[in-house]
Amino acid sequence: MFDLTGKTVLLTGASGGIGGAIARALHGQGATVALSGTRTEPLQALADDLGERVHVLPCNLSDPDAVEALPKQAAEAMGSVDILVNNAGITRDGLFMRMSDDDWQSVLDVNLTATMRLCRGVLRGMAKARWGRIVNISSIVGATGNPGQANYAASKAGMVAMSKSLAQEIASRGITVNCVAPGFITTAMTDKLTDDQKDKLLVKVPAGRMGDADEIGAAVVYLASQEAAYVTGATLHVNGGMSMF
Amino acid sequence: MSDVADRVKKIVVEHLGVEEDKVVENASFIDDLGADSLDTVELVMAFEEEFGIEIPDDAAETIQTFGDAVKFISEAS
Repeated sequence: MFDLTGKTVLLTGASGGIGGAIARALHGQGATVALSGTRTEPLQALADDLGERVHVLPCNLSDPDAVEALPKQAAEAMGSVDILVNNAGITRDGLFMRMSDDDWQSVLDVNLTATMRLCRGVLRGMAKARWGRIVNISSIVGATGNPGQANYAASKAGMVAMSKSLAQEIASRGITVNCVAPGFITTAMTDKLTDDQKDKLLVKVPAGRMGDADEIGAAVVYLASQEAAYVTGATLHVNGGMSMF
Repeated sequence: MSDVADRVKKIVVEHLGVEEDKVVENASFIDDLGADSLDTVELVMAFEEEFGIEIPDDAAETIQTFGDAVKFISEAS
């Protein structure tokens, strides 16, 4: 089950904690993976670690030209892009009343607009192949909202609705478009929280613990697999029961 | 038949999986050749690639039949 041998993946945000786990999970199922991110060094370190079937394609997702070029570079490197995982995301947190246009726009540009452009860039090849998987990494806050994150929450909710629309347009071509919405996941960012802060957050999580990045990787593997062919337009919530939809 | 028409026909036959003799001047992509709206977008993109031209959306909407496509592409390229 969930064998990805021979499949090619373009993954953004691969230098982050969750991105790295997604890369390992997909690679572990046999896929060839193109790792994208802004910083070359961590991407290369991950690539060295994974060994074969890996390509490193640095890209600044706030640069529209670079984003347009990325799917082409990935297809040149791997021969095709069978699976696209839009995982890259940024935050510019701040209370709504004080939110600048710039903080709003930069988050929408990277999280939502770049995702749209990358989806558009891979669709042609997938449509011709009559097979494709797009997995967009949204967030629990895209469904619940979060004070201080109006821009981020809007971008993540936008990904969900965009994915549902695209899923309907392209389902007849054997292409599925789904989202994974992580809850509270252990990463370098959450490591900085104090135990007291963590305890307060965990009160809201029925599972009583933070999620592991590997658990996001496993969700992506499922949605990317042949076995998930009949699942499209869905959002898979991986949040320990923190919110149920 | 012109070279353009041959090349357009080849794309249509390949993409829609129809018999070559069905692809006639007045054959409508949607009504006669079984295309859906996504097929028509894909066909236009395939024409753009094959002939190195740009087909704007408003022009694409006027391309309903095989003959329309050949005429538009002959004039544009």
